[in-house]
Amino acid sequence: MSKGKIVAGVLAPHPPHLVYAENPPQNEPKAECGWETLRWAYERLRKSLSQIEYDVLIVHSPHWRTQIGTHFLGVPHFKSLSVDPVFPNLFRYSYDLKVDVELAEAICKEAAGAGLETQMMRNKDFRIDYGTIVSCHMTDPQWRKPIVGISSNGAARYFNMDVMQAMMFKLGKATRAAVEKSGRRAVLLSSNSLSHRHFTKEPDVVEDMSFEHINNHNQYLWDMKMIDLMKRGRTREMIDILTDFTEQATAETEGGSLTWMMSALDFPKYPAEVHGYGTVIGTGNAVVEWREVRP
Amino acid sequence: MSCVKGYVLPGLPHLVLTPDANPGWKKVRQAMDKVREQIKALDVDVLMIYSTYWPSVIGHQIQANPSPEWVHVDDEFHALGSIPYKLRIDAELAKAYVDTARARKLTARTINYQGFPVDTGSVVVSKLVNPDNRLPAVIVSSNIYSDRAETLVLGKAAREALEKQGKRAVAIAVTSLSNRLHEHKIDPKDDKIHSLKDQEWNQKFLEFLEAGRLEDAAQLSRQFHREARVNKVANFKPFWWLASIMGQSNLYTGEILEYQPIYGSGAAVVGLTPAARAARDLEFDEADPDVYSGERNVLGGNTTDGDVELDVELDVEKP
Repeated sequence: MSKGKIVAGVLAPHPPHLVYAENPPQNEPKAECGWETLRWAYERLRKSLSQIEYDVLIVHSPHWRTQIGTHFLGVPHFKSLSVDPVFPNLFRYSYDLKVDVELAEAICKEAAGAGLETQMMRNKDFRIDYGTIVSCHMTDPQWRKPIVGISSNGAARYFNMDVMQAMMFKLGKATRAAVEKSGRRAVLLSSNSLSHRHFTKEPDVVEDMSFEHINNHNQYLWDMKMIDLMKRGRTREMIDILTDFTEQATAETEGGSLTWMMSALDFPKYPAEVHGYGTVIGTGNAVVEWREVRP
Repeated sequence: MSCVKGYVLPGLPHLVLTPDANPGWKKVRQAMDKVREQIKALDVDVLMIYSTYWPSVIGHQIQANPSPEWVHVDDEFHALGSIPYKLRIDAELAKAYVDTARARKLTARTINYQGFPVDTGSVVVSKLVNPDNRLPAVIVSSNIYSDRAETLVLGKAAREALEKQGKRAVAIAVTSLSNRLHEHKIDPKDDKIHSLKDQEWNQKFLEFLEAGRLEDAAQLSRQFHREARVNKVANFKPFWWLASIMGQSNLYTGEILEYQPIYGSGAAVVGLTPAARAARDLEFDEADPDVYSGERNVLGGNTTDGDVELDVELDVEKP
């Protein structure tokens, strides 16, 4: 078996609005339009990923929140309906997905060996969170690839960002080690927004883009700062200031997805490809790809 | 009186799926069974539920599917098993609740979608205190950004909706006290409150509630949030809602039916019954008048048994 490899890492935000506006057959509500800058960003991402071979998507989602360690999907096949508890008017999605349980177990074991609390999720009635679904759908709408689903540990709230990041450094390294041993070619998805202060009201026509903008300028400045560091390949510095960013921009990076992915990619020094940036109900979202070797 | 009784109830799935695994969990389960019997004995029309396990962003979401049905699995405690549920919702009252909330300038909407994920807390409490759906329920979400004023108004909107429909209710806040879980897997027999600090704050809160001082407890919410809650949301809101829907006073008889740790968190089963006399240890005036009604002599009027007599005709304008 040849050595496995993480072939790309993607900041893949999960606002359900993006799936809603795409009007895929899996989603019951239908939209006229909306959030094109981000949807086109995902189009560019899909085009980019179509140029490489990969076997599996590994997704870390803040909307599967666990406090007792990190959990991994451990059932080979899930088929059910996901209704977003926050935006049920937009997202009622019938999913049918495969899980690479062997790889999930390998990462779980590797992480446990590194001292992390871990658990496999074996309940067949479990409903997949919408963060996982949206990020995977927007990356691979046909669901051709199996996934590994990883929960987000709440250590940032239970302790602080430093503790959470220390845990995600370990989880990222464990993910890389397990992928390499598995022989798989993996794409990582960090399923999170950047700044994350929402508006608490919606327009009557949810996709009315005349209402869409960043919640506040402070958030926007912070988002641009982070994206600039990504573009310059200064990911260590980005992670070093993530505590301040998270606090001051109410960022969804508190869930640990981005830290996990940077660690798994061994803190890339090469420039990331920013496919696009846009806001969704006031939050800041970027679709960003890290791939060392580009055609 | 629209709310004839209030409860604070825990919502972790252990109470349904594995109560026998720990003597404390069993006691909490038995207390929930007692609540079920207490409610059965009341002449009420509906359960009004505020669940801290159901977060919302777009204002306040109110369940309006007449019969939500699914098999629930908790995100964290999925290994304990699945909980099939079929609830009965008072959709008419839910709509009225939205109307009164909107009239008070809140953002609110009904939720009526097949497959909507009813939260763990609402499912657990419904299964235990209303297992046969004898009473319909109305369930409202907990907005992650809302704070005291918004939550008080939400409680008032609930009360107003009940009054408009002439319905009598039991109000239920589904919440733990301290909410810090153990971060590592434990043997159930080794369960305990996560820290001494959490334990002390829980006991302090329970002292207030046992004395019937719901409004005082509610006014301690910010402090409690800082001291004994993992800060996942803007503030600790369930007691603001409960105090508001029940009339913002200390005029209750409190009953601590049980208090035990569940996986490190503080699980209290508390009943609050409206009473004509308040506890003596008053920190806050009980009324929430819309019109100033003169001095209420809250420092005078000590009686021989030590209690303080109060004017219980709240919100009434006096000449």
